[in-house]
Amino acid sequence: MLQLSIFLENAKGRLAEVISLLAECKVNLRALSLADTKDYGVLRIIVDNPEETAVKLRERKVVVSLTPVWVLKVPDRTGGLAEVLNQLVQQDVVVEYMYAFVEKENEQALVVLRVQDKAIMEKAMQTLNLPVK
Amino acid sequence: MDRTEEQWLEGLRETVDKVLPIRHYQESYGAIGIKRAEDIKSLKDFQRLPLTTKEDLRKNYPFGLFAEPMENIVRLHASSGTTGKPTVVGYTRQDITLWAKIVANELKRVGVTKKDVVQIAYGYGLFTGGMGLHYGCEELGAIVVPISGGNTARQLMLMRDFGSTVLACTPSYALYLAESLEESQISRDELKLKIGIFGAEPWTEGMREEIEARLGIKAFDIYGLSEIMGPGVALECPAHQGLHIDEHFYPEILDEEGNPLPDGELGELVITSIEKEGFPVLRYRTKDLTTLHYGTCSCGHVGWSMDRVSARVDDMLIIRGVNVFPSQVEEAILLEGFEPHYLLVVYRVGNLDQLEVQVEVSEATFFDEVRELEGRQDRLKKRIEDALGISVRIRLVEPKSIPRSEGKAVRVIDKRNKEG
Repeated sequence: MLQLSIFLENAKGRLAEVISLLAECKVNLRALSLADTKDYGVLRIIVDNPEETAVKLRERKVVVSLTPVWVLKVPDRTGGLAEVLNQLVQQDVVVEYMYAFVEKENEQALVVLRVQDKAIMEKAMQTLNLPVK
Repeated sequence: MDRTEEQWLEGLRETVDKVLPIRHYQESYGAIGIKRAEDIKSLKDFQRLPLTTKEDLRKNYPFGLFAEPMENIVRLHASSGTTGKPTVVGYTRQDITLWAKIVANELKRVGVTKKDVVQIAYGYGLFTGGMGLHYGCEELGAIVVPISGGNTARQLMLMRDFGSTVLACTPSYALYLAESLEESQISRDELKLKIGIFGAEPWTEGMREEIEARLGIKAFDIYGLSEIMGPGVALECPAHQGLHIDEHFYPEILDEEGNPLPDGELGELVITSIEKEGFPVLRYRTKDLTTLHYGTCSCGHVGWSMDRVSARVDDMLIIRGVNVFPSQVEEAILLEGFEPHYLLVVYRVGNLDQLEVQVEVSEATFFDEVRELEGRQDRLKKRIEDALGISVRIRLVEPKSIPRSEGKAVRVIDKRNKEG
């Protein structure tokens, strides 16, 4: 799946501005995470039509990139996520970052994973056959 | 034209002759025993003459250094007076004709012909940029589009509709036009643009490559300042072997104490005009830093050439006792793959000067992973620090957040004085 990554300068109201822009574009945010440094932040979002949304944002002078990520279904119980991660570690997958969200229709827990090496992850997914969204 | 020392002296003596009736020169030259032009027997004698500065022009504001009666003056130009009164220059009809011929000759050398359509996006008015190019192009017989600066959408529309082949403006505005073109409905294929004549602010070789690639043209550096004449004092040659100085200007390079430096050494450019009537200048300090070379170029030019102006003395920032030029930062930014939209902010924390360099992030320099983005930022920081010799803070900002300029770009905000 493709995630949208957006560069945000640390300026008052900038996050609200970009989120409002997404609302104007009628984009439904499925999941969101914000990484921040001293001067800027990287807003990462999962939406239904990432490519289309990227075009709209670029028209509005927002710096955005499309990043391949995996969205995995995780058993919604104690230790569910640990199980999944441990399996991935055994396959030599290195996680760059991760964030979680819940699908409201079926209360399904989901994690967005960005990994260091795409090929290793693909191989691991073939071996483990983990449920994806 | 290859001139002997005696031939140069003849021209220089004529200029001395012209200014000697002016009180300012009478006094300062009299003080070192020069009463008549004939007292100058050699170039060494000439180099004893006191330098003329912008301050001298201000002291004699507005017309005190004119060498012709006002009835012979047909035009006035003035430089912006940001730090005081403007400096005013006057031209006789003959001066205007000479200026036009100089510019026309230079344009011809880089391939501009009477068939070209020249879009002059330099400011028109008291600033010499617009009018200087305008008269030169008319002299050449080219079609002039005197659009002046600003209104970028219209610039692009007319560039397409009129089939402009030559663009004249500041390099920073050329880059802004390129950027606007990429976002407009107009495609590069619809334009006939092939040559750019850019000047009035220092720019780097990297900036030239960027403009040439994005606009798909050949870009040439034009040099001039109103106190000497305006644009056309020198224009880059098609072989890119420096900027060839027109033979109506005698150049010297001086060190900080005003001592002459040999060819090839970096110093301040000082110019004396030859054959100029209304406002002849003698040993005028341009405050521009460059190097000089004398010789025959592969393009056929014989005489003086100067390197691209690397910096203006006035643009120099002194940060923690170190001399810093914005062009050094520009070079580093381009080498690290960032766009040349930047701003230097100098401020003080306690008693220590701080330099913050703001650089715009673009699709090409943005990465989803913070670690990678920070790595890029660190590499840029290191490159700038290596070039300047002081530590800097890099701040990545959003595209278009640094104001674009339609004339000379603002590269520095110095907050130290205000904060006391």
